[in-house]
Amino acid sequence: MSMNPTQPAQPAPPLAAAPTTPSMPATPAPQKETPKVTEPHRGDVGHIGKSVHIRGELTGSEDLYLDGEIEGTIDLRDHSLIIGPNGKIKATITARDLVVHGKVEGNINASGRVELRKSCTLIGDVGTQRIVIEDGAFFKGAIDIRERDSKSESRKPMAVAASAGSGMSSGSSSGPISYNAASDTQSSFLDPK
Amino acid sequence: MSSSGHNLKKWFRGADAPQAKSAGPSKSAPRVSRRCIGLGELLRNLKSTGEQKICVLDLGPTSPSNIAFLTEMGARVFNEDVLRESQDPSYTVKQEDGSMQIDPGKFFAENLDYPADQFDAVLCWDVPDYLPESLVKPLVERLQVMLKAKGNLLAFFHTKDAGPESLYSRHHIVPPDVLELEPIQGFSLQRIFNNRHIENLFKDFASRKFFLGRDNIREVLMVR
Repeated sequence: MSMNPTQPAQPAPPLAAAPTTPSMPATPAPQKETPKVTEPHRGDVGHIGKSVHIRGELTGSEDLYLDGEIEGTIDLRDHSLIIGPNGKIKATITARDLVVHGKVEGNINASGRVELRKSCTLIGDVGTQRIVIEDGAFFKGAIDIRERDSKSESRKPMAVAASAGSGMSSGSSSGPISYNAASDTQSSFLDPK
Repeated sequence: MSSSGHNLKKWFRGADAPQAKSAGPSKSAPRVSRRCIGLGELLRNLKSTGEQKICVLDLGPTSPSNIAFLTEMGARVFNEDVLRESQDPSYTVKQEDGSMQIDPGKFFAENLDYPADQFDAVLCWDVPDYLPESLVKPLVERLQVMLKAKGNLLAFFHTKDAGPESLYSRHHIVPPDVLELEPIQGFSLQRIFNNRHIENLFKDFASRKFFLGRDNIREVLMVR
């Protein structure tokens, strides 16, 4: 991951830091495994903490959790980006999958899926294949659902999903509504696997 | 998409602004369903356009179900919550008499900044009934320009039976022609338009079709 911060920022503590202090008594194996179950992806996801401010271009080749302030561009083309509740982003974002809890101003280009959580504020245009919007999310801009490259699987599966009611639910007042351009139902990359 | 320093300023102020807290869905008030003939007709008109990618502008608060429904139709969906934006004190200017009023020039420099002939349909809901006076006419004029020829605009108007306690609602589309109304606190009814007012307000549109609902809401479908 390469970043160009304009000011020295306090690096966030590594998420995957295992408690390896010598004072730690030896613990049996089941206790060591407990955190892995609750936070299965920590080791694979980069982390930018809430005290970090970046101005410039942020690119990377790993999934990223971003809770700081960014102004510029973010390019994680083949990877996932999670913008935490403290995240304040003014940038054009390119990623495979994107989850927004915080605030984003800028256009979003996602080849996979975008999730706007209830605490999120998004001002900008979204181009994606799939989008999930939680009730309470604030959105100002345009949403453009792109179909997959292969035209053969573009419209038919969508019609099936719509008639089966799986593409949209309208009765609930609080649950997230999702729309899939394709018929496959991909679980969130946040979900424990 | 309008973007400027003003937006950025608002950005970092964000949800801490008092008006953002006061305007929100009422947790206690349940949703009310109503059949909406105007919406059914608008959707039929949209389907008959034959356009590959229709553009729809929703002027209400963000509704996940509307976005899901419209994108599923193949539409490009635009969302601008103009009523919430109108609460931003930074758009107000002091008048000669000392009162504060929203400056339409300032407001529309930051909002609804789209080219002409952009949209096939605009979902205006009951925004005009709640919008500050100085924004109503400029809003309608702007929407008229932004609509394509034969584009549709759906707006709702309360009748004189409505009291000041009539709550502003977030409208959720339930296909094919039902709306779920979710009351939102923080906005009060500003005025009641009579039919003549409505006709004058939308006089530049080619046609206006009125539907009176059982709940005394007038649905008006305008075609540019």
